[in-house]
Amino acid sequence: MSAALIEAQDLVRHFVVRRSLFGKPTATVKAVDGVSFSLAAGETLAVVGESGSGKSTLGRLVLRLIEPTQGSVRFEGREVFSFGDRELREFRRRAQLVFQDPYGSLNPRMTVGDILTEPLLLHDVVPPRRRRERLYELLEMVGLDPRFARRYPHEFSGGQRQRIAIARALAAEPRLIVCDEPVSALDVSIRSQVLNLLRELQQRLGLAYIFISHDLSVVRYVADRVAVMYLGRIVETAATPELFASPRHPYSRALLSAIPVPAPRARRDRQILPGDVPSPINPPSGCHLHQRCPHVVSRCKIERPALVAEADGHATACHRWCELPPAGAAVPASGRSPELERLVAAFSRVGDGGAASGVGRLDVDAPGEAARPN
Amino acid sequence: MTASLLQIENLRVSFHGDDGRSTQAVDGVDLALAPGRTLGLVGESGSGKSVTWLAVMGLLPQRTAQVSGRVSFDGFELLALPDRELRDLRGDRMAMIFQEPMTSLNPSYTIGEQIIETLVRHRGMSHAQARARAVDLLRRVHMPEPDKRLDEYPHKLSGGMRQRALIAIALACGPKLLIADEPTTALDVTIQAQILDLLRELKATGNAIVLITHDLGVVAEVCDEVAVMYAGEIVERAPVDRLFDGPEHPYTVGLLASIPRVDRSGGRLATIEGVLPDMAAPPHGCRFAARCPFADERCRAAPPPMVAVGDGHWSRCVKAPLKRLVS
Repeated sequence: MSAALIEAQDLVRHFVVRRSLFGKPTATVKAVDGVSFSLAAGETLAVVGESGSGKSTLGRLVLRLIEPTQGSVRFEGREVFSFGDRELREFRRRAQLVFQDPYGSLNPRMTVGDILTEPLLLHDVVPPRRRRERLYELLEMVGLDPRFARRYPHEFSGGQRQRIAIARALAAEPRLIVCDEPVSALDVSIRSQVLNLLRELQQRLGLAYIFISHDLSVVRYVADRVAVMYLGRIVETAATPELFASPRHPYSRALLSAIPVPAPRARRDRQILPGDVPSPINPPSGCHLHQRCPHVVSRCKIERPALVAEADGHATACHRWCELPPAGAAVPASGRSPELERLVAAFSRVGDGGAASGVGRLDVDAPGEAARPN
Repeated sequence: MTASLLQIENLRVSFHGDDGRSTQAVDGVDLALAPGRTLGLVGESGSGKSVTWLAVMGLLPQRTAQVSGRVSFDGFELLALPDRELRDLRGDRMAMIFQEPMTSLNPSYTIGEQIIETLVRHRGMSHAQARARAVDLLRRVHMPEPDKRLDEYPHKLSGGMRQRALIAIALACGPKLLIADEPTTALDVTIQAQILDLLRELKATGNAIVLITHDLGVVAEVCDEVAVMYAGEIVERAPVDRLFDGPEHPYTVGLLASIPRVDRSGGRLATIEGVLPDMAAPPHGCRFAARCPFADERCRAAPPPMVAVGDGHWSRCVKAPLKRLVS
């Protein structure tokens, strides 16, 4: 048994969406419906899925921001859902959250210094006389100028705000950060700065990430393992290169083949699933995908497929994955021409200049106008 | 040279704020589009890509936005046209679809009523004729159970179905030009694939489409030509294959380099350091120079002109062709 930092066992969370006149539940959403996974220190697990897949609910369960209907989460070997006040406080320090929206997640009336000092105070991380020093360290760590400490969130662009949110998460010296769509609101060029930062911090501090995202090309870059969710269940999980090279579940295949790839001539087997994701209030029986699946047989409509793992850890919840035709090229090989490769290499080489840490230091005088207006 | 359906010359848009500051959002844009072609307009937030098309359609507030230049579309001079005639064109010969299908549909009318309204307004059809045509349109955009959906309100539909409804409204009068502003950004990836498929289908039937997007992957999927915008200017224009194989502007190279690759992981992602220039006081020389790893004194001295670097391939960079920088 490897030393898992965090381990979820058969997590279930139902939400009542409608009640009868007498308060009896008449409709429930099974947002998370029997999910298990484990994650070691220093690793990244990506949870991918579309709207309504339950990926954000899963992130909140893991942090005990909401209570489960059943199941368990063990953090460093101890059951999170039986923590008392003191233990919960300690757990809150060790497990942090970074949200999608860098505009809504920072208090507009606090300076950046206050925002970052608050967790230091709350958890008594460093003695009072070292707090200022620690504040500057945190800003440096995320590539911001220490002089930013006196400014307010509205003075920063989206990418800078996300750096502040990451610094706040780091302040408590966590071992796990749940990142819920951390780069989805950012422009392409800013997005890669934040992704690089997350990766460097992981290598430096040995952080574990649960990376919740709908963007598969980002997941390919950051994650060691991927769990694909569909309507509250994990349908496939595997090491990232393995999942992208040979996806087994029909849903994973469709999801991968739908990623728009910046290569106009790339050849790929596109599989477009018909219809929409069904309502989670009354999901289809058996395998949730059966109404949209091109490989459906009668068994799929009745029996829920179990998530069965192979020796290499590649697990699939599909009755038929063994008999399905090979996946083909769901994801095309590099579409980059040699000419583009050379240009990209030159762009990155010259662009790095002296920034040895690789974290682009943002100049204090740079106008913070690159914020995404919509 | 094929006859253009749409010709934009030296389009400029500036906004005047209450504080007396004025911001040049679009600065000298030239574009042309032939019938049946699909043009992708790519740029990040604040590049002016959406404002360009709002100006073309005459949808900017006249009190705060100042528009100049020339836009010819299908024999009309759009910027000189009186409002009333422009309203006749919009929704008829040219139509626009937006990112957020929930806010662009009227929540208190059924999908059918919103399509019928367009047909009655522009085509003078009777209600019964328009209704029959509306069902056809919904069928054409592959709406499941079109006769049933016709009488449903927008909130009853999923995001993908709403976007289909919106496209059906846009297609109602058979427009020659369809402008789609981030049509798939709010949609899940498998639904995005369905809508992109639909756009490809429309393209095959001869519609000219302008696709405004921040996603180069989406451009590669459906477009014939691409224009890249940065800080209010078009910095590169090329046929789609050329742009992805051999970009000729450093900003395009940076954008392509910043996209994580799906065929392998690891390594550091390339980034474009710095932020967009302040558009109230843009730099005198090349606007990308401050963030460009190849920039030198010449770039900062004077605004670079748009130069031809190949067949239908234009770049606003004095270093083009960039091949010289890497060999």
